[in-house]
Amino acid sequence: MKGDNRNTKQKETLIKVLRYIKPYGFLMTLTILMAVISVVLTLYLPILTGDAVDRIAYIFDPSELSVDVTMIWAGLFGILKKMAVVVALTAIAQWIMNICNNQLVYNIIQDIRKKAFRRIEELPLKYLDAHAHGDIVSRVVADVDQFADGLLIGFTQLFTGVVTILGTLGFMLSVNVGITAVVVIITPVSLFVASFIAKKTFRMFKLQSETRGEQTALINEMIGNQKVVQSFNREGKILEKFDEINGRLEKCSLRAIFFSSLTNPCTRFVNSVVYTGVGLTGAFAVLGGRLSVGQLTCFLSYANQYTKPFNEISGVITELQNALACAARIFELIEEEAQVPDKADAVVLKDVKGNVQLKDVSFSYVPDKKLIENLNLKVEPGQRIAIVGPTGCGKTTIINLLMRFYDVDEGSISVDGNGVRNITRKSLRTSYGMVLQDTWLKRGTIWDNIVVGKPDATKEEVVAAAKASHAHSFIKRLPNGYETVIGEDGGSLSGGQKQLLCITRVMLSLPPMLILDEATSSIDTRTEIRIQKAFATMMEGRTSFIVAHRLSTIQNADVILVMKDGHIIEQGSHRELLAKKGFYAQLYNSQFAIA
Amino acid sequence: MGKLLVYLKDYKKESVLGPLFKLLEASFELVVPLLVASMIDVGIANGDKSYIIKMCVVMTAFGLIGLICSVTAQYFAARAAVGFATRLRHELFAHIQRLSFSQMDREGTSTLITRMTSDINQVQSGVNLVLRLFLRSPFIVFGAMIMAFTVDVKAALIFVVVIPVLSIIVFGIMLVSIPLFKKVQSGLDGVLGITRENLTGVRVIRAFGEEEEEIQKFDKETDALKRMQMLAGRISALMNPLTYVVINGGLIALIYVGALRVEAGILSQGQVVALVNYMSQILVELIKLANLIITVTKAVACGNRIESIFEIPAGLEEVGAAQGEGKSRINGGGEERGTVEFDHVSLRYHSGGEEALTDIHFKAQRGDTIGVIGGTGSGKSSLVNLIPRFYDIEKGSVKVDGMDVREYSLAGLRDKIGIVMQKAVLFEGTIRDNLLWGNENASEDELWEALRTAQAEEFVLQKEKKLDERVEQEGRNLSGGQKQRLSIARALVKKPEILILDDSASALDYATDAALRKSIKEMPGETTVFIVSQRASSLLHADTIIVLDDGNVAGMGTHQELLKDCQVYQEIYYSQFEKKEGAQA
Repeated sequence: MKGDNRNTKQKETLIKVLRYIKPYGFLMTLTILMAVISVVLTLYLPILTGDAVDRIAYIFDPSELSVDVTMIWAGLFGILKKMAVVVALTAIAQWIMNICNNQLVYNIIQDIRKKAFRRIEELPLKYLDAHAHGDIVSRVVADVDQFADGLLIGFTQLFTGVVTILGTLGFMLSVNVGITAVVVIITPVSLFVASFIAKKTFRMFKLQSETRGEQTALINEMIGNQKVVQSFNREGKILEKFDEINGRLEKCSLRAIFFSSLTNPCTRFVNSVVYTGVGLTGAFAVLGGRLSVGQLTCFLSYANQYTKPFNEISGVITELQNALACAARIFELIEEEAQVPDKADAVVLKDVKGNVQLKDVSFSYVPDKKLIENLNLKVEPGQRIAIVGPTGCGKTTIINLLMRFYDVDEGSISVDGNGVRNITRKSLRTSYGMVLQDTWLKRGTIWDNIVVGKPDATKEEVVAAAKASHAHSFIKRLPNGYETVIGEDGGSLSGGQKQLLCITRVMLSLPPMLILDEATSSIDTRTEIRIQKAFATMMEGRTSFIVAHRLSTIQNADVILVMKDGHIIEQGSHRELLAKKGFYAQLYNSQFAIA
Repeated sequence: MGKLLVYLKDYKKESVLGPLFKLLEASFELVVPLLVASMIDVGIANGDKSYIIKMCVVMTAFGLIGLICSVTAQYFAARAAVGFATRLRHELFAHIQRLSFSQMDREGTSTLITRMTSDINQVQSGVNLVLRLFLRSPFIVFGAMIMAFTVDVKAALIFVVVIPVLSIIVFGIMLVSIPLFKKVQSGLDGVLGITRENLTGVRVIRAFGEEEEEIQKFDKETDALKRMQMLAGRISALMNPLTYVVINGGLIALIYVGALRVEAGILSQGQVVALVNYMSQILVELIKLANLIITVTKAVACGNRIESIFEIPAGLEEVGAAQGEGKSRINGGGEERGTVEFDHVSLRYHSGGEEALTDIHFKAQRGDTIGVIGGTGSGKSSLVNLIPRFYDIEKGSVKVDGMDVREYSLAGLRDKIGIVMQKAVLFEGTIRDNLLWGNENASEDELWEALRTAQAEEFVLQKEKKLDERVEQEGRNLSGGQKQRLSIARALVKKPEILILDDSASALDYATDAALRKSIKEMPGETTVFIVSQRASSLLHADTIIVLDDGNVAGMGTHQELLKDCQVYQEIYYSQFEKKEGAQA
């Protein structure tokens, strides 16, 4: 039952793979054609060789034939010429086949990668937040690569293998039925041996890849946090743990590799038995006059060629299964449900005034754990809304909802009177300028990172924005100024510098509304105060949402929302809330409590 | 690649025996055409059935011996390859662990991880193949040639021409494609990089509506990769057809020459068949080789990538470790114990770059609390990172217990110091496992004491399994504040002489932060404490506050002193306490 399930799943995957191959039908046909040609020609060659060898026999002893030696020589030359042509054609066919296969495979995997990446861009954040990024990355990179390898080997070997077997059988039958029978009867033994070994080693390989996975996880964790490891002098201890896994890996790898490598010698032994069998029966047939020596040579080389693909096919099948397993993982990602597309008649927000309304909003990340319930909020254009509250109270969640990274479960959110579900995502999101606590910079120059929201910005605009965010002075001091290339995750920039760049980004694009989620958490208070001034100018006339830990940064907000456990428990200006002596006042005072 | 082969040295026996048995097997294989030839020339020519049967028995026996040799060879080869990879992985991991922080920053974690995993796997299969086949193939090729010589010298000359041509083709293609495969591999790095970037930055990308641009960028990256793969593929595609043509050309020539020699009465028909067989043995061997050459080429490319990591000199030199250790033991009980001294220290991360710290000079006494405050990028973290010698300085000297940090062994130095970083990191295991990092032998009481001091006791008690609660990788299942408190407790378990808190309370609310500072202050023993913070309130009661501005010391002293004379400190302080200014005065 379980096996059936796996089979049908494999079949489904195979059908999907075929769908990707379909656009390259021409290449596919061409490669198949070339494979047939090259195999048939390769098989034809031994017959010619056999003929030639027979003629040599006549040269040796011309009396058997009543023609003179020159005629035999002429015949031999004819055969040799034919051989030359056959060889040339085979080589050309092989070459075309190889090129076609390359085109086919690399185009297909590129299509798959592009499709997978497109899907990543469309997946709801719900999916991306819940899945390990390493896993998604390895699907796009490693799995696609494995699939390509498998596909390439599969294409070339499986196909030519099958054609070779069939072709050889045909040729052999045309020469001598009896000896063919010997070959046909003995060969399956090698197939049986191969599949027996494959079955036995499958478990060992699985153990090997599990152990590898365990090791990779350790490497990932430890190398990723090298600094902590070094500061605790744990290198030795971790190396011990690493070695323990490494030792287990050595043991199971050795078993897997050794036992699987038995396939080759064993089948080769079967081959040599086949070879001997052909030699024996062939020699008797020659003695009985049913076969010429040339034909025997031809048979012997067939015996070699016929058994070879059997060895390969068993390997290819494991390879293909592996490739299919990888393909299945990629397709899983590609078929993951994308976010609901924008409605056809969705509004493109223009000249946003900044009216934001949340009506009876309820939301939760996990069904049975309500986070936000019946949230109501009305924001007038140009108002500054500050959100405060202890960790986990739902501050960041509100931003996720405003930006429509997540959809609300109940209720509605609207901007300038349009429900967010009726607005195109792009126009909604670009209406907000967002600076998050988790800074994100891409590989590239400082410039590239600043102009993300406004690719056509002039030098003056960029510098002005950088000055406003107080990033200019540190950028200026970098080796290549704005053209300095920064590495993965901002490379050697400090946390605060990264945050300044993210602020510059928003300063440059100046969207009609702002979201600042702990935007200055890594910046020292002195710089912060200067930036706050720039923020204040920017917030002039712009609806702004501010999440902050430091209460000093939000005192000037028009409305402060105090959140606790997904509810707004207090609401009002700084002065009003202090006077109320509630939760906010308590928070505010604890900040200045001096130990 | 070559330098990596030293890791085979423990497997000398296997590396020699593997190929040796393989060669033994190959020799038996090489004899087969001769047996067939004599079967034709003697058995068939004379109609001697018993001779034919005898030959067949011999052939089968040879096949069996070949099988045994081959299995033995596979075993030794697998042992050597797996052992090699195991050693290599161990050494590489150990080497990466020794890299300094600036080297890690430069290389990037993701590529180090690929090199530890997939690159080593490629090299392992490469070594396995080489041991099994790369000796066998040339052996068969040359062996076939030598056997051909024993049959007929003149006809064998054809082999002498064919084989060098084949070697040129095979090695030429390898030589051209190795750098290409290297490029393919780095193209793959590019695709990986952009995918990772898009996953981590998904919110920003969507906020700016940049999806399309990112897709275009990705397309460009995969296009480049595809072009590279195609180019590499096109070159390896030549291998099969070219070798096929050369060998069969040789075959045709062989038949022609063979015919001439037969006419001259020098060769028999069976011997021609033997020669033809030798030629096709070479062909079969080469087809195998061509299929494997890609694997080997890849292995070499990956091997070079690994080697480039080994070429990075291991982080920091531990020069006078041995003698220093002795000196520190003498000093250990002395009055210098627990002191930290910066003697006109300057630090530059990259040679030629800006100075990150300039002329820092101070001395902290045992039991002191030193506060470090300053603007973003002013060098606060850099300063405290010098105490456990995470980076080496350019000028001056950093002294712990009165001795230069460069005279300690790294382990000896870092044992004295407990440092809690900005980013709190925990590891997979239980809470207990994580705490024991500080001290393997800590007792239950000591663990709870550390937790109490770090203000973590309460939430650990709330966990169902207390100390044995699972911590997921990187502590994903804990909140930021919980992680910070646990990482502080971990450092406290160590009972360090010097404790460094590098802005490590940022996720804590003010009340908890205050309680934490208080309990650290009350810790028994005289621990020298460094607190890096952006909150002036966290440092009010420090014995000395160092105010940094752009890598320079802008002021040093107690809160009261600084508030009086240090302008930078005043700015910082008043930016945080504006409202309360009146109240305090």
